[in-house]
Amino acid sequence: MRYSGFRVIAEALTGHKGWKPVWRDPDPQPEYDYIIIGGGGHGLATAYYLAKEFGQARIAVLEKGYLGGGNVGRNTTIIRSNYLLDGNEPFYEFSLKLWEGLEQDFNYNAMVSQRGIINLIHTDAQRDAATRRGNAMILNGADAELLSREQVRALYPWLNFDNARFPIKGAILQRRGGTVRHDAVAWGYARGADMRGVDLIQNCEVTGMRIENGRILGVETSRGYIGAKKVGVAVAGSSSKVMAHAGMRLPIESHVLQAFVSEGLKPLIDGVMTFGAGHFYVSQSDKGGLVFGGDIDGYNSYAQRGNLPVIEDVAEGGMALMPAIGRVRLLRTWGGIMDMSMDGSPIIDRTGIEGLYFNGGWCYGGFKATPASGWCFAHLLAKDESHITARAYRFDRFLKGLMIDEKGQGATPNLH
Amino acid sequence: MIIHHPILGPRDAQEFVYLGDASLIDRPDGMTAGVEAFHDYAYNRDNPAGEHRELWYHEQGDRSWLVVTRNTVTHEISRVELARDVARSRGRSK
Repeated sequence: MRYSGFRVIAEALTGHKGWKPVWRDPDPQPEYDYIIIGGGGHGLATAYYLAKEFGQARIAVLEKGYLGGGNVGRNTTIIRSNYLLDGNEPFYEFSLKLWEGLEQDFNYNAMVSQRGIINLIHTDAQRDAATRRGNAMILNGADAELLSREQVRALYPWLNFDNARFPIKGAILQRRGGTVRHDAVAWGYARGADMRGVDLIQNCEVTGMRIENGRILGVETSRGYIGAKKVGVAVAGSSSKVMAHAGMRLPIESHVLQAFVSEGLKPLIDGVMTFGAGHFYVSQSDKGGLVFGGDIDGYNSYAQRGNLPVIEDVAEGGMALMPAIGRVRLLRTWGGIMDMSMDGSPIIDRTGIEGLYFNGGWCYGGFKATPASGWCFAHLLAKDESHITARAYRFDRFLKGLMIDEKGQGATPNLH
Repeated sequence: MIIHHPILGPRDAQEFVYLGDASLIDRPDGMTAGVEAFHDYAYNRDNPAGEHRELWYHEQGDRSWLVVTRNTVTHEISRVELARDVARSRGRSK
């Protein structure tokens, strides 16, 4: 069923009796050409683009729980392409361009809102770094503007500009950045994939991989054995657990990242804002809640909840930046599990096992990458070669010294 | 989280800095181990869901390194040792 304004009016006049389930609930077939493990944003996008852009068929997505029940439903919905390094920026700009056409492409309202993202600057050194990053973005076809203190003040006059330790000196603005309704991204890709014949199989946990002579033959699941010519793993957060079935150890640690939403407020912030002196970022949802977050908790965790010290730290960052929120009550906090990689950048690559492909290591930047991640992973699966924007996301970059370390922290996953 | 320091007793985890898997104690000999072994040591991790032995540094305390055995699913801490003792038990001189 194609969605349109006309369709909504027609259904309104006929008692909404014509709407149908958005996707099927099929039983697994004995064998597929492609199995994608992980029914989150990246896995569903991979299946969608495999079917739509690369003309492949006999595709299944295996999901342990329900579609979109993991990190795609737990993030803070921000999209942007404001990276510095050559390995990253073309990829994230490709992703942002896909976001811009996404709703028309998959005929689903994902509420893509290019409301702009500003990164605040508090020191001269930060201004130099922001200028350099902005130039790198522009060289790669993205947009960036350096704002003066007065230009920031015109946007958000109520920020704490004269904080004694962290005065606001300016900002770098990417107008094309913004937010997207995160669940709708999963639903839109799921619906688009299902319409093109992809089997979306829920409540189907992968419990093993059948590998013979260095080649994958299929996967053992809680719903029986399923054969496959190629298997793509897109389960960021649980990558080490799933790849252990293939005997692989990864350059990844799993960490918990918390996110927060306040009670609903009148319109306060029309874009996305990041504090440059502490780790705090914030936007306002269409329902009025401030959606914000900060650092990961910093220790290995598979619990989808964090601890109080980080909540305190994030609240302190928020108060330093916006004293006006002092009486605002916190409504909810939650946590998601991140694949923190050894250089803070992702991996989209083959493995040493023929037919087994890996997509993960997204740290806490996976949501914005969803369309390009799906596209590039589908490209790799279908053509057996990396997409031009994802060539740097290799497993062997640590061995060869080709790390993509935006923060320059080295092999310390909890500091990226 | 509360870490029961073997010398100082119960301490808030906030006083500590986290490093990672306790296998980092077993650094290969840089002169004899091959590149692959060193790469594996420096970059690859078991990253288990469940019991995990890991290094914590008591930066805002006595600056000792601890090996904490902690469950990564529940955050429950079952054992705390001085990293020095662990290293010596594995044949390291210090």
